[in-house]
Amino acid sequence: MAEADENIRFHEMFHIEGGNFTNAGAISSQVKKILKGAGFSSKLIRRTSIAAFEAEMNVICYANQGNLSLFITPNFLKVVVKDEGIGIPDVNLAMSEGYSTANEKIRELGFGAGMGLSNIKKNTDEMILTSKPGQGTHLEFIVYLDQQANE
Amino acid sequence: MTVFDIAKSFGLETRAGKDHLHEEVTGGYASDLLSDVIAHSRKGNLWITIQTHPNIVAVAAMKELAGIILTGGREPDPEALRKAEEEGIPILVSPVFTFELVGRLYQKGISGRSPC
Repeated sequence: MAEADENIRFHEMFHIEGGNFTNAGAISSQVKKILKGAGFSSKLIRRTSIAAFEAEMNVICYANQGNLSLFITPNFLKVVVKDEGIGIPDVNLAMSEGYSTANEKIRELGFGAGMGLSNIKKNTDEMILTSKPGQGTHLEFIVYLDQQANE
Repeated sequence: MTVFDIAKSFGLETRAGKDHLHEEVTGGYASDLLSDVIAHSRKGNLWITIQTHPNIVAVAAMKELAGIILTGGREPDPEALRKAEEEGIPILVSPVFTFELVGRLYQKGISGRSPC
């Protein structure tokens, strides 16, 4: 995965509170506003904010707390999401569409379809997911700027 | 057809986004699972759902949907209304249940996306 250490033009970190469904989506909305303000194409904004939304929802549904960092570099956008939560015992299984461990409350709200991680993969160019059960999950994804056709 | 035309033809009541009813509708998508809508709806679609919480607005704004129709007489949460006004997303309501409403919309030429 491309390194974001050099040439970072913008970096912001947001705190995500686990279990807070009332404010769910607030962070990905902020990410979207930042990207809009920076003048990126609508396709790039849509892809990145969809992936950020799904990542944010995963922290809200399954973790005690976490944070989402947005990095803007000349070549790509990078989002890093770290949480302190139950973790994922089998990452490959979690990546398969339709697999979900969501409880009834989460499902009633229309989340927990088992499509979040695959939606992230579909909308990004690179994605890395690692997890330690009982400790937390670390997700990184990258969307390249030069692969975006203007819409 | 615009959201306004559809609201008029089907007797839908507008609960939010009154100034944003003139977008051309590109088709429809019916689902109550947010990630499913994120994966399969398309820009300019009308979204038919029974979910009433504020996250429907976040999903509709992200996917640049033309509007949300709540079926079965469901009403949007106050926070969903506030967000819809802020984001400019129309929320319409119908007493009719999803299956029936989708059928009526389809008859009028609002179609879904077929994977086959």
